[in-house]
Amino acid sequence: MSLLNVSALHKYYGENHVLKGVDLSVREGEVVAVIGRSGSGKSTLLRTLNGLETINDGVIEVDGEYVDATRADLRSLRQKVGMVFQQFNLFPHLTAGENVMLAVKVVKKLPHADAERLARQMLDKVGLAEKFDAYPERLSGGQQQRVAIARALAMSPKVLLCDEITSALDPELVNEVLAVVKQLASEGMTLVMVTHEMRFAREVGSKLVFMHHGKVHEVGDPRELFANPQTAEMQQFIGSVD
Amino acid sequence: MEFTFWDIARNLLTGLEWTLALSLVAFICGGVVGLLVMLARIAPVRWLRILAYSYIELFQGTPLLMQLFIVFFGVALLGTEVSAWLAAAAALTLFTSAFLAEIWRGCVESVSRGQWEASECLAMTRLETLRYVVLPQALRIAVAPTVGFSVQVVKGTAVTSIIGFTELTKTGSMLANATFEPFMVYGLVALGYFALCYPLSRAAYHLERRLNVTA
Repeated sequence: MSLLNVSALHKYYGENHVLKGVDLSVREGEVVAVIGRSGSGKSTLLRTLNGLETINDGVIEVDGEYVDATRADLRSLRQKVGMVFQQFNLFPHLTAGENVMLAVKVVKKLPHADAERLARQMLDKVGLAEKFDAYPERLSGGQQQRVAIARALAMSPKVLLCDEITSALDPELVNEVLAVVKQLASEGMTLVMVTHEMRFAREVGSKLVFMHHGKVHEVGDPRELFANPQTAEMQQFIGSVD
Repeated sequence: MEFTFWDIARNLLTGLEWTLALSLVAFICGGVVGLLVMLARIAPVRWLRILAYSYIELFQGTPLLMQLFIVFFGVALLGTEVSAWLAAAAALTLFTSAFLAEIWRGCVESVSRGQWEASECLAMTRLETLRYVVLPQALRIAVAPTVGFSVQVVKGTAVTSIIGFTELTKTGSMLANATFEPFMVYGLVALGYFALCYPLSRAAYHLERRLNVTA
């Protein structure tokens, strides 16, 4: 039984046909790495999964939530799908702790004391317990991204979407963020990540999706696919990034 | 009848108080209306946006004096007399709200798209996002231009002298006629406006610098 199911998904930006019938299913606990050239539609696919982008045709189902071109209950969908961005997007006027607490209080209606306990727990999980009162501008990129992960986790999502979350980081900060993701994966969190970290996709991923021209071009076990890509496009892509 | 310098100064001070009172009322009422117009201007509902846009264009695109005449004489046509004070306050509120709405819209739109998206992903509604994420950030940006614009409101009150509201300028013109010393009287009038506006300009300048450094 899959937790997330996408079928025949189409998305247009005006005349531009970005997603041309994407099918994808993700089981609970799976770590899906989505790779592909820029413009292949991988980020757009990710953004449709929590309703940041509307869809023109097809169906998305996440843990009983149902989205198609005509209807979407975004409030409940988004409580099940967390997202972490390339640019962190922390709230700069709030401390790390407040960033984690905000939606927990506003959306989940948790009382302040409970929200604070949860936030401390989540920051501890990403190794930033002592930064509860720090403002984002005082944190390194890697720390900011870990706060963003803690913020998403505090909503206890069923799936966590990661949109190139290490691409804006200095190289020496990439590993601390990947370590957190790896830990989440080992705890059984379902992850869908658009990434350029091929080594990470191979080591931690349980499924690899290669997007090309708005379609899922190849999908399978990461180790097998990297070792033995079936199509010329993927061979070329792997050759160009390794 | 003879006027001493102190008679003139005393009367001008009373006029200055009315200028100050009118400025405050216009600024506060204009701020409240302006906030509503700004929210309508960025609303997801199309007709609300168009309505707010037209409101802003109308009051930014016509002279304050015409707005004042229309409120003062227009309402009289409907059969109700409007006092000069009420017409002045109403016209300045319309004028102020249109400008503040546009200034504040710029501030809200300068908050990055990513802030909206992050809030959306946390299942927050549009209003929750505005309340907890966007407006607090926009407020910091808005302080300096808002204080700067308050100078325009203070100076704008001068046109209400034309419909007979006895604020600083009107008091000045009456005194000038009575004393035959227009240069001295209007010099004092100008000084009065300067005393109100200069601190505001300085405050705007300092706020802009201070808020920019930490932004």
